[in-house]
Amino acid sequence: MPVQAIAFYLLAFVTIAAGLLVVSARNPVHSVLFLITAFFSAAGLFVLLGAEFLAMLLVVVYVGAVAVLFLFVVMMLDVDFAELRQGFVQYLPFGGVIALVIATEMVMVVAAVATNGAAAKNALPNASPGGVPNTEAIGRVLYTDYVFFFQLAGLVLLVAMIGAIVLTLRHKPGVKRQDIGKQVARTPKTGMELVQIKPGEGISE
Amino acid sequence: MIGLPHYLVVAAILFTIGVFGIFVNRKNVIVILMSIELILLAVNINLVAFSAYLHDVAGQIFAMFVLTVAAAEAAVGLAILVTFFRNRGDIAVDDASMMKG
Repeated sequence: MPVQAIAFYLLAFVTIAAGLLVVSARNPVHSVLFLITAFFSAAGLFVLLGAEFLAMLLVVVYVGAVAVLFLFVVMMLDVDFAELRQGFVQYLPFGGVIALVIATEMVMVVAAVATNGAAAKNALPNASPGGVPNTEAIGRVLYTDYVFFFQLAGLVLLVAMIGAIVLTLRHKPGVKRQDIGKQVARTPKTGMELVQIKPGEGISE
Repeated sequence: MIGLPHYLVVAAILFTIGVFGIFVNRKNVIVILMSIELILLAVNINLVAFSAYLHDVAGQIFAMFVLTVAAAEAAVGLAILVTFFRNRGDIAVDDASMMKG
């Protein structure tokens, strides 16, 4: 068996096993850690296909940003997760039947596509056509044919960022904050009071 | 020899696991969001596998946009979750009908 086949089966097994553990782990922190494992091995699958740029993007974006965000939220929320798990066994048969139906349908479609589709005539994967490196191949298409969608993706991220900030920002009452308008509007008249003091007496409020 | 069907079967199984996770963890929003991430990852595997075997780089561009939308969705979803937890002190979605009026 060539080394590529061994790598594929190893990465595929780890991806699927980690995916199963994500949905069945008792502790959501463990779920997030298995999610990171699944993303890492999926990135390995991308490398096997020759799509190195997307593999690195998967590691940076998913493992570096999304999974850490999940980890923050899971650890920040003080929730009784054991209570949330009840109903797991109750929904298990129904979910299992649905999953089996979907899996059967998709594998049948895969069998049809893999033998008759346009992709079937190419035996070897080539993720960077044109004889240039993968990143260059993506850049050549992304900044020409798909430049409008590229800008739109940036807009989506901007809106998501503003939305997340607006949703989670809150002003606590009773916290002293700098009010620049108030500071600028302050004059000697409002900021200072002259008091005549008789000798030998202090000031009483 | 590892061909296109191998990758497609892996993606199909991962997609199914994601759907299954949504069904069995109906109360836990965090795990539901993670299941959605798994589904999007399965879609990305499909896109990249087809891109590689069709010798066409466009599939990888699509996968990049899916990645962008998945990141945005996770950020907004978790922000909604944090706000919901602040208001309710709980994240059970069964009784998340406070906007019903």
